[in-house]
Amino acid sequence: MQINLTINGTDVTREIEPRVLLVHFIRDDLRLTGTHWGCDTSNCGTCVVLMDGQPVKSCTVLAAMADGHAITTVEGLANGATLDPVQQGFMEEHGLQCGFCTPGMMLTARALLDHNPHPEPLEIREAISGQICRCTGYATIVRSIQWAAEHPMSAADTAEEEVRA
Amino acid sequence: MTILEDRPTNPAAGGHDRPIGHGRMQRKEDPRFVRGKGHYVDDIVLPGMLHGAILRAPVAHARLVSIDTTEALAHPKVLAVITGADLQALGLAWAPTLSMDVQAVLVTDKVRFQGQEVAFVVAEDRYAARDALELIQVEYDVLPPVVDARKAMDPGAPVIRDDLAGRTDNHIFDWEAGDKAETDAVFASADVVVSQEIVYPRVHPAPMETCGAVADFDPIDGRLTLYETTQAPHAHRTLFAMVSGIPEHKIRVVSPDIGGGFGNKVGIYPGYILAVVGSIVTGKPVKWVEDRSENLMSTSFARDYIMQGEIAATKDGKILALRTNVLADHGAFNATAQPTKYPAGFFHIFTGSYDLAAAHCTVTGVYTNKAPGGVAYACSFRVTEAVYLVERMVDILARKLDMDPAELRLKNFIKPEQFPYANKTGWEYDSGDYEPTMRLSMKMAGYDELRREQKEKRARGELMGIGISFFTETVGAGPRKDMDILGLGMADGAELRIHPTGKAVVRISVQSQGQGHETTFAQIVAEEIGIPPEDIDVVHGDTDQTPFGLGTYGSRSTPVSGAAVALVARKVREKARFIAAAMLETRPEDLEWEKGRWFVKGDPSVGKTIAEIAMGAHGTVALPEGIEGNLDAEVTYDPPNLTFPFGAYICVVDVDPGTGHVKVRRFIAVDDCGTRINPMIIEGQIHGGLTDGVGMALMEFIEFDAEGNCLGGSFMDYLIPTAMEVPDWETGFTVTPSPHHPIGAKGIGESATVGSPPAVVNAVVDALAPFGVVHMDMPCTPARVWEAMQGRTRPPV
Repeated sequence: MQINLTINGTDVTREIEPRVLLVHFIRDDLRLTGTHWGCDTSNCGTCVVLMDGQPVKSCTVLAAMADGHAITTVEGLANGATLDPVQQGFMEEHGLQCGFCTPGMMLTARALLDHNPHPEPLEIREAISGQICRCTGYATIVRSIQWAAEHPMSAADTAEEEVRA
Repeated sequence: MTILEDRPTNPAAGGHDRPIGHGRMQRKEDPRFVRGKGHYVDDIVLPGMLHGAILRAPVAHARLVSIDTTEALAHPKVLAVITGADLQALGLAWAPTLSMDVQAVLVTDKVRFQGQEVAFVVAEDRYAARDALELIQVEYDVLPPVVDARKAMDPGAPVIRDDLAGRTDNHIFDWEAGDKAETDAVFASADVVVSQEIVYPRVHPAPMETCGAVADFDPIDGRLTLYETTQAPHAHRTLFAMVSGIPEHKIRVVSPDIGGGFGNKVGIYPGYILAVVGSIVTGKPVKWVEDRSENLMSTSFARDYIMQGEIAATKDGKILALRTNVLADHGAFNATAQPTKYPAGFFHIFTGSYDLAAAHCTVTGVYTNKAPGGVAYACSFRVTEAVYLVERMVDILARKLDMDPAELRLKNFIKPEQFPYANKTGWEYDSGDYEPTMRLSMKMAGYDELRREQKEKRARGELMGIGISFFTETVGAGPRKDMDILGLGMADGAELRIHPTGKAVVRISVQSQGQGHETTFAQIVAEEIGIPPEDIDVVHGDTDQTPFGLGTYGSRSTPVSGAAVALVARKVREKARFIAAAMLETRPEDLEWEKGRWFVKGDPSVGKTIAEIAMGAHGTVALPEGIEGNLDAEVTYDPPNLTFPFGAYICVVDVDPGTGHVKVRRFIAVDDCGTRINPMIIEGQIHGGLTDGVGMALMEFIEFDAEGNCLGGSFMDYLIPTAMEVPDWETGFTVTPSPHHPIGAKGIGESATVGSPPAVVNAVVDALAPFGVVHMDMPCTPARVWEAMQGRTRPPV
């Protein structure tokens, strides 16, 4: 079947099998391998992407269900050379080690901050509780997201984004 | 909450003049990872690449009657279906393990654990490969399984390894350490003796990225390139050469970015070998990536030690001796990863942080119908088990003596002046100053205040527990004379090249899986030679590009490879001295080093920076006799001893008296790993390990039913802490350098995983003291805690 969707702001049309999971479509068909696959039961959240701004586990969405929707993956998080504050925060606060859970964590963080720019630590923990990290013990991830909340994208960055868009 | 970790105080922290031990240098790895530009095994796509999938056994123990692959082969997208019989014809049906046993690559005679590899399909895409698995018809003749290790040696128990000539039972090995007669004598005359069976249940390292490989065999030049999730790429290359018959210089193993290892990715799994066979058979690259269930069911488990602990002491709390008999469940094949002479790893560090008069342990390994493994999950070669045993036994003794567990520990610590300390089972601890570390953790916790709070809560019927663990690790395997993996001595190489413009590349033999080697090894070179860390690239993981070494596990990178890197930098620095002397037309002995520069003694204005020397070394400077051009060196480091980091952990839990649910309210961790290369990275290592500890203590368990079905085979059942189950960690540190290490640094990566489970369990048992609970085994799930509260503790099976 044919699907049409937007990936990181670019329109994409592809022929797919109906059973193909969105995670595999993103990784294997589009070659966007920042999105990872860590379990087979929808628990780990390494595959989280944004669908119309909402975090979804792309292992639990058929590519066909993304037809007509806008998907953001980790590759679409930075604005050119300008990192999203969430990306910067994870580097500043050592919110990653092996890096495997990082893309999903950051996208959930982005969605959280879009809805709640000043979350409490417990709200952050709840927001990322659908995602497992084996390396960091989460505390530095919480700090990373707090860092991003404290350093929202500057007006200049936003203006630049609009020009690029 | 107090975070004693040093935070950036000024922009110069971590600057070029002080590249190690200060500040929070950001990781060189991070920019690619936060952009989704890491390069993990499943990200690799090669031209014409095919996909493999493994058919796995549905039962734990069964004779293989027949396999029919006709339908699978007829699938339009399938290129090959490989069975045990096919491998047998190639001599590849069995592969050697890291414990001198053999493991079936594919079943030829019988299935020995549920999830074992039965057949391998190679197809055009990953979905087709999975489809074809459904088309393979296998007939099994089911046999009774051995599930409980306690029954493995019963007369009449089914013999699992009838493939081994003359094998009539399930016994693998007996091993002992310490002096039995001496220990028995101390026990016989002790005032107080306490015994307890302590089970460390089977758990799994469960890295977020599972195991996988892309094998690319080039039939024209006979060269194999193997991209693998491996923590030990060089050892894998050698083993592949030995198993496959492909000459070692024709094998290139590449370990790209690895999504966590935790010991899971040390050994060679059948899937890797099958990817290689698949590539040889089809003439195309073959990718194999397991799913989570396969990872949990078939790759290296951790722990599974049943320990009979006994501790002897005087009435006033002087601990005299420890002894233990361990029954070790190794699963169906002994694939435990450890140095050859140590079938129970370094379990004999179980005397812990205490000055004992005697100690003795025996370990008996048995086969069961379960997946192989044992040494994994940040265990430092069974140190997790050793520390858990001693730290639980000390707590049980404290209860018996009605002493505060902190006081009992303080009373029995090895004293700083006793180091290097020879313990009773053959270790020589390098350095330690335990009391200040313990005191710091108690101060951070507000220990006395916590005990007061607990007393008040108990009076109100609330259940609060305080658990202490004071551990001594042994990491950095190890001296070649004692330690090898399958005959490969546990040394590590390092090569350092300074380019003409003064930028550098250091090539190391160990393999990061997130521990930040690309950053910290650059920091070591920067410290030694005065080139900024950002001008030093760290290359690892590619056996064509890096010197031979044994890989990253057992927290050995800093102790062994870190030492090699410091020494290779010093070697280059020394060579630079001769070249600088030639450039300055003076004698090498007239030069003095300051970071980044050789200058003339007494005239600091006359000198050459390392960049100037590098240009000179590659240029036309007339070199002294015996000095070659270019500025580079290599070393292989054979450590004289292991390093012995230590730590004091305090855990505070609240137990819901109505449900048995345990909440970890606080966790204070004070670690001492000697010289600290990058405090930020150390903190992250500790946080991760503490989370492991909470997970093991409260949630994680690979359980089996009576038929040998694995009950922990997915993340639905194998529970790992999320951000909701762990507290905001409180970390502190002391610094007691290792005297034998070139920069005084000890390993740290596994300390928290080793040290934290006893702290959590000690806290839970402490909380349950009003119910008379003296011991309960992990995992302390609500159901098991509830049972303990009803006086019905039970060992996990």
